[in-house]
Amino acid sequence: MANIIVKGQGVSRYFGAIRAVDGVDLDIRSGELFGLIGHNGAGKSTLFKMMLGLLPLSSGEINIDGESVSGRNFRNVRRKIGYLPENLALYDNLTGLETLHFFARLKGADVQQCAAKLERVGLADAANRRVREYSKGMRQRLGFAQALLGEPRLLFLDEPTNGLDPEAIREFFVILRDLQAQGVTMILTSHILADIQDRVDRLAIMKNGKIQSCGSVQALRETVNLPLILEIGGTVTVDQVAQMLDGLPVASIEARLDRLWVKLPREAKMQALTRLMTIGDVQDLQVREPSLEDVFFGLAE
Amino acid sequence: MIEFAQIGTIAGKEFRDRIRNRWVLAIAVVFAAFALVIAYFGSAQQGAVGFRSIEITIASLVSLVIYLIPLIALILGFDAIVGERERGSLDLLLTMPITRLELILGKYLGLSAALALSTVAGFGLAGLAMANQLDLYALLNYSGFILSSVLLGMTFLSLAVMISVFATDRAGASGLAIALWFFFVLVFDLLLLGALVATGGHYGGAIFPYLLLLNPADVFRVLNIFSLEDVRTLYGMATVFPEELASPWLLGGIMLLWIAAPLSIALWRFKR
Repeated sequence: MANIIVKGQGVSRYFGAIRAVDGVDLDIRSGELFGLIGHNGAGKSTLFKMMLGLLPLSSGEINIDGESVSGRNFRNVRRKIGYLPENLALYDNLTGLETLHFFARLKGADVQQCAAKLERVGLADAANRRVREYSKGMRQRLGFAQALLGEPRLLFLDEPTNGLDPEAIREFFVILRDLQAQGVTMILTSHILADIQDRVDRLAIMKNGKIQSCGSVQALRETVNLPLILEIGGTVTVDQVAQMLDGLPVASIEARLDRLWVKLPREAKMQALTRLMTIGDVQDLQVREPSLEDVFFGLAE
Repeated sequence: MIEFAQIGTIAGKEFRDRIRNRWVLAIAVVFAAFALVIAYFGSAQQGAVGFRSIEITIASLVSLVIYLIPLIALILGFDAIVGERERGSLDLLLTMPITRLELILGKYLGLSAALALSTVAGFGLAGLAMANQLDLYALLNYSGFILSSVLLGMTFLSLAVMISVFATDRAGASGLAIALWFFFVLVFDLLLLGALVATGGHYGGAIFPYLLLLNPADVFRVLNIFSLEDVRTLYGMATVFPEELASPWLLGGIMLLWIAAPLSIALWRFKR
């Protein structure tokens, strides 16, 4: 069994009568890329803040690498952590390099590594420009470089792709994969589910302060058991497909965008594929799994 | 266990910020200009122009500084914590391996250093300009005045940091800062005098000097006035202020208490 780097047991946080986080148990394995998603107000930001030691727990406990983030060894724990906040605010009057120097000193990290971190996030050319001149995307990348200072073992990334263009998002996830290869654990939240569905190892879906589901995207798909979509290309007609799939629990067959779209339960997939491949007019056949968004809303229902 | 390196990092940033945005320079120029104008033209109303004596200059400067430095200190520090919170940078700072005590002390010491540098540079420059007309005694007195001005700034900066911890937003903090300035600089003495006059001096006369110690601006005034014989007579303070309370060390210690108390309250609140 993989090492557990973050362990939460019975974690709760109450604001008066409101249970922002309510009895959450959570194990995050060393080296995994873990997603935390949920509606606004689901409790993920509160849980994030408690894991970071920014908010005290009403009850329960959270350990990082076996130690409390607010305990006696909090400095050691925090030196292992990198954090990129959702609404990142940096100091406009400092340059990018000065910003990293400041945070490196606070973290006890080698300031010599700051230039390399800037280069890694593509800001080497802007190192000596004031942060006030940075675009939102550049600020986000600088915030990410800050999170990487001190070679953290655990990264908390709150909406990390905010303000990044598609190319930067791709580069960002390439860096995350590199870090993961080095054994770094990452916990990230995102509202853009498409960004993370193929990238996280596991994820937890929060609702009303509780973890509603936790597992790999595929495991969650199977839990929700949403229908699959078979996308058929070629000169085949709706009637031909309906006839061929006769007797299977097909939910619907639609002709759209020069293709046919067949919705059917997961358990009928293999039978349907076998039958459809015998039709000569079928030139292309793709299985579309429910997206993370479908799973998310499926679970919500 | 306090890590002084963390305090130094926060303090260094605050100090460099004020140097970089020319805040220190601007305030130093203002102090130097006021000090020189007061020293050379302070007696113009009496028909004389030019430097007269260090006692008169200090007495005039005390009256000016008592208004100016508290205001500058409160403006400098009112958003030390609430500003970070409102911008959203506080959470990131608090995820660093730093305690809240180190953060508050770092902020306070960095801002104090900036204010102290402005004060020493501004009044020091004026002192240099007057140096050829000052003997050693006068120089010592003027240095004492500068030191007490630094202490005055630090007391109000401590109050400002306390406000910045309690306030929920910068607008509220600035309102509180102005209210505090009005209270300590304008209202407090009026209240005391009003109470004294209303009772015809029959009640509370004995505790009146002690009540002055509840206002750091008054402590600064008493500290400076009692260190100068001529000025003491000029103000007539000797008749109402007991000698045993007038020790510069005691008054300096009380100013240090005025620094420590608001900072302690701020820390207590910040930890909650």
